[in-house]
Amino acid sequence: MMQNKSTEIIVGMFVAAGIAALFMLAMKVSNLGDFTDEAGYQVTAEFENIGGLKVRAPVTMAGVRVGRVSSINLDPTTYNAEVTINMYSQFDNIPYDTSASIYTAGLLGEQYIGLVAGAEEEFLQDGDVIDLTQPALVLEQVIGQFLYSKAEGEE
Amino acid sequence: MINLIRSLGRWGLGTFERLGRGHLFLLHILAGIPGLFLRFSLVIQQVYSVGVLSLLIILISGLFVGMVLGLQGYNTLVDFGAEESLGVLVSLSLVRELGPVVSALLFAGRAGSALTAEIGLMKSTEQLSGMEMMAVDPIRRVIAPRFMAGLISMPLLAAIFSAVGIIGAFLVGHGLLGVDDGAFWSQMQAKTDFYDDIMNGVIKSVVFGFVVTWIALFEGHDAIPTSEGVGRATTRTVVHSAFAILGLDFVLTALMFGDE
Amino acid sequence: MPLIKIRDLHFYRGNRAIFEGVNIDIERGKVTAIMGPSGTGKTTLLKLIGGQLRPDKGTIEVDGQNVHKLSRSDLYELRKRMGMLFQSGALLTDLTVYDNVAFPLREHTNLPESMIRDLVLMKLQAVGLRNARNLQPAELSGGMARRVALARAVALEPMMIMYDEPFTGQDPISMGTLVNLIHRMNDAMGLTSIVVSHDVAETAEIADYIYLLSGGKIIEHGSPVQLRRSGSQWVQQFMQGLPDGPVPFHYAGPDFDEDLLKPEEYA
Repeated sequence: MMQNKSTEIIVGMFVAAGIAALFMLAMKVSNLGDFTDEAGYQVTAEFENIGGLKVRAPVTMAGVRVGRVSSINLDPTTYNAEVTINMYSQFDNIPYDTSASIYTAGLLGEQYIGLVAGAEEEFLQDGDVIDLTQPALVLEQVIGQFLYSKAEGEE
Repeated sequence: MINLIRSLGRWGLGTFERLGRGHLFLLHILAGIPGLFLRFSLVIQQVYSVGVLSLLIILISGLFVGMVLGLQGYNTLVDFGAEESLGVLVSLSLVRELGPVVSALLFAGRAGSALTAEIGLMKSTEQLSGMEMMAVDPIRRVIAPRFMAGLISMPLLAAIFSAVGIIGAFLVGHGLLGVDDGAFWSQMQAKTDFYDDIMNGVIKSVVFGFVVTWIALFEGHDAIPTSEGVGRATTRTVVHSAFAILGLDFVLTALMFGDE
Repeated sequence: MPLIKIRDLHFYRGNRAIFEGVNIDIERGKVTAIMGPSGTGKTTLLKLIGGQLRPDKGTIEVDGQNVHKLSRSDLYELRKRMGMLFQSGALLTDLTVYDNVAFPLREHTNLPESMIRDLVLMKLQAVGLRNARNLQPAELSGGMARRVALARAVALEPMMIMYDEPFTGQDPISMGTLVNLIHRMNDAMGLTSIVVSHDVAETAEIADYIYLLSGGKIIEHGSPVQLRRSGSQWVQQFMQGLPDGPVPFHYAGPDFDEDLLKPEEYA
């Protein structure tokens, strides 16, 4: 009976360690911790080209994460990309004329949206549209343009 | 020539027969599982011998695999100036692949072979037969608790393996190679998704636990009841489990991550 | 009415016939022995009676029930009333002697632990191993393991016990103990015993009735005295353990003389 009891205790510790490991993976390793502050307001922005932007990509302002991309659609009339951003509710004082650009984290990193604050007194609210946008830099286009201008210059 | 075809045919028939028996065996086990909840102490006893006793090898292997990943990953990434991504590299490879797969392989070697040997020995010493004659169904009394224990232990062991591996990589990456610890964790958190990566890893380890325990118990129960037969069954458990783990890993990876 | 009635039993293993038309009656309250040379399927017969194997033809009735027509749960109910002593003892190696004897009680009854303790000690006392109750099966000698297994087999107070080769590989003392125990258990508990064995002397000592089995058939049956007086040469050879007789000493083949005159095998 005694042996039975200590077995149970050890098994209990084993199971607890396993669950703790899972918990560590969930909270420390993955982005699950971010889900808690997911509630917020939605704004949309239209981009000419989003490059490699993906759903759930971060949205930052001055490097601070203020939201996430929640969906990406193609506007059927303008053929632009319509990106819906979920802004965290604590950032409720973002000027109305804020501009959005798509940047790349590092040379090969993932793409994200960077916001640059405007000067308006009015703040962005749920359902608003960010008008000032700058499309993603597509590396091939940039290189193509560079080569083209280089060739022109040599002639 | 005819003989070759004939032996091929015999092999094929034998394989199908074993597969059939294996599945009937599984059904019998599954039928015994509801009854286990009334006698959970049987399962706890087995979680000890299947799970806890595998813990040491899982901890040590996890730590070393993580440390090696840290070293190798750093050496590759530093060429691109991307050593900050070490955390991502380590966490994704561990959580998605190495955690479930390596811990399942270790589990097959440590716990699977022990299960086969134990059941095979119980068969050869007429313990299973004796239980039947005492009107106790050995599959419900002996096999089902071990199956359940394998199913419970495997995901826990895989999670421990991944967690220890990440810690090992962090120790090497931050302590030895000087990767910034903030970047290590934040990059990891940014790129590791709970559902897509961690939960899929957990699903993999549950599937592996299911298959490895099933193979181990079936091989033991189906072993020729001599010491040679049990020895061969133990070898078969490890070999077949390894095949099953690697094959299923491909299938599961294709299903989970194939459309990305 | 006999407790066990076997009629026209046929059983094949692959193409090899183990039993071909065997009829056996086992009377209640008696010790019936089933004897025969090694490999005649004596253990198989016990497994057929216990419902672990299915006959290819014929019926086995235990206490009026056809064993192989019973549903699974009825078969298990019947088995609770059958005890079986395996050759190796078949003790559960991860349990102590005490827990082994308590095993069927814990599995099949809801008795409180104090009552289980009384019953277990009683059974162990009967086989003389009450003070060995905390040993592991690996620490027991072969004879002791069989005695523990016997205590376990009678734990549920069955109506019958099947002994599979109880005397094989025992030293004279434990052999004597086992003979004595089987006899005592049978009389004291009103059991019906079936002893499968090829140890002629010990079996003849306790058996009320003997069936001699060879080549898948019953060669002879009767009380030990009747068998000793049998006119059959085969029965005489078996009962007296003669090296040569109807069962030849030499493996079948060409004559020795013939073989010696055939040098071509070396060529």
